[in-house]
Amino acid sequence: MFLYTKDAPKGDIRKVYGETLVELGRKDPKICVVDGDLSTSTKTAMFGKEFPERFFNVGIDEQNLIGVASGLAYDKDRVVFASSFAMFLTGRPWEIIRQHIGYNDLPVKLVATHAGITVGPDGASHQMNEDIAIMRAIPNMRVVVPADIHILKKVLYKAYETPGAFYIRLTREKFPVVYPEDVEFELGKGFVLREGKDVTIVAVGLMVSHALDAATLLKEKYGIEAEVIDPVSVKPIDGELIAESARKTGRVVTIEEHSIIGGLGDAVISELAERYPVPVKKIGIPDTYGESGTAAELLRKFELMPEQLAERIHNWLRSL
Amino acid sequence: MNATKSVEELRKIARQVRIETLKSIYLAGSGHPGGSLSITDILVALYFGGYANVDPQNPYKPDRDRVVLSKGHAAPAFYAVLALKGFFDKELLYTLRKLGSPLQGHVSRKHTPGVEASTGSLGQGLSVSLGMALKRRLDDLDYRVYCLMSDGELQEGMTWEAAMTAKHFKVNRLIAVIDNNNIQLDDFVTKVNSGIYPIEEKFQACGWHTITIDGHDFEQILKALDEAVKVSEEKPVAIRAITVKGKGVSYMENTPAWHGKAPDREKFIEAMRELGVSDEEIEAFLNKYDK
Ligand SMILES: Cc1ncc(C[n+]2csc(CCOP(=O)(O)OP(=O)(O)O)c2C)c(N)n1
Repeated sequence: MFLYTKDAPKGDIRKVYGETLVELGRKDPKICVVDGDLSTSTKTAMFGKEFPERFFNVGIDEQNLIGVASGLAYDKDRVVFASSFAMFLTGRPWEIIRQHIGYNDLPVKLVATHAGITVGPDGASHQMNEDIAIMRAIPNMRVVVPADIHILKKVLYKAYETPGAFYIRLTREKFPVVYPEDVEFELGKGFVLREGKDVTIVAVGLMVSHALDAATLLKEKYGIEAEVIDPVSVKPIDGELIAESARKTGRVVTIEEHSIIGGLGDAVISELAERYPVPVKKIGIPDTYGESGTAAELLRKFELMPEQLAERIHNWLRSL
Repeated sequence: MNATKSVEELRKIARQVRIETLKSIYLAGSGHPGGSLSITDILVALYFGGYANVDPQNPYKPDRDRVVLSKGHAAPAFYAVLALKGFFDKELLYTLRKLGSPLQGHVSRKHTPGVEASTGSLGQGLSVSLGMALKRRLDDLDYRVYCLMSDGELQEGMTWEAAMTAKHFKVNRLIAVIDNNNIQLDDFVTKVNSGIYPIEEKFQACGWHTITIDGHDFEQILKALDEAVKVSEEKPVAIRAITVKGKGVSYMENTPAWHGKAPDREKFIEAMRELGVSDEEIEAFLNKYDK
């Protein structure tokens, strides 16, 4: 059912975002797009080129960007996509997002690119490792972290069709293809990508393919059978699916390219605490800042490469 | 104050800074050449023309002038100036943006001596500079605060929050220089959001004295800084320096596409030649560092 193999082709998620926006724009003449002088990077420029009258590049002023997106969306008869880098789309204007988009559950779909440490050489000022945490905290905000181009496309359509506020987190890097093109996405429903009985690994985004590779290594090296789950949406999260897996394995590991504070790990722990408490190991960016380096170097520094993940999971299981 | 150099000498240093800027960006494989080259002459006038009162041996002495690089992506030019000034070894420039390097992609006070504020997120520098100017008054120290900004960051509301607040607190010894190359990331400023213009009138309405110059003419830059130093005893000063993005490398000049990418080997060599580096020197550099 799932396509992923170790040498799966990579898909350009930003390009697919741009293409899907154009598709949606052709379908619905009311859709608007707002960007903040990063449209050539986020790829909303593709929409801007075809629909210049419905595209607003407001410049380097992210608070204004969110205000303008909100104003376009207040009557709820137009769906608005708003984009920038994750740092500037969620960090700078957080309270404005909460006040308008969150509070009124406006049909604004915040699609951030360049999240996480894999933005690389730009350094800590651009490495947004806290966005899932701060967006999850806003009531009404749905938070989705697609793992590849195929699920991304479905997520974008779902966000378009579903009333209300969305945060969709993308990165700069290309992702390996994990899902078949005809994958179906339902908000709050995750996927079991690999079955196992010894430990449950819950991962999102780029870390889904790393978790699948790590699961293969765990089996090869240590005979550990890991179950791998991609919840896709972190809020609402598929607590039932995760708890069901935990009942079988008794141990859960979460992996995210995000701070271990407030992100996927904490969302999973909240669900398990109520449904079926088991030991949980949170893997992600520790309570610190990133630095300049290539994406691969930084993933290695923070021990998020598949071999390192397998090793860390093995060590943790042994320590229990 | 530091010893003042002649305009001829400043031009030579600026050429050196442009060369080092492009070398470091080329080796890094990423970075922002356009906005580094447009602000080079301003940086050189500030640091080598006798204005920025700084001591590389004692980079954080309490009465040093504060230079805040609000447009933090111009880090390569800033680092080249700091290296030539003696803040650190020139060799470090060739580690720009690499894992473990003290020279981060955007300037960081945690990492690099001579950096006053960690930036990279645009539009924050003027507020931070204002805070530093207020602190000066509290501490009763003898320094000035220079804030180096881009035109794109004039779109950020925070810039204007700082501008009007400076008036309210009657802040002095605060000098902002705006590198007005009229290009931002996506396109020309006039195409993306032309609302920043007119610049002078906005600052004047906020109670600032303004000066407008050609940001590549050293005589004009020095004269403007002289005037700014004097007038800023009374009120904050904004210098609008009209510049050319990518200045000094023809194929980069006034071209939005060269905002944020490194040249490939061929383009790098072309740039070095235009800046007057001999083929032997280029080859020696590439052999040594470009492995
Ligand atoms: C708050 C914020 N938003 C967006 C960016 C992404 N960004 C980096 S450089 C840039 C454009 C820079 O243009 P300008 O500020 O005019 O600088 P210059 O032309 O002098 O290089 C943008 C949008 C950023 N660094 N910070």
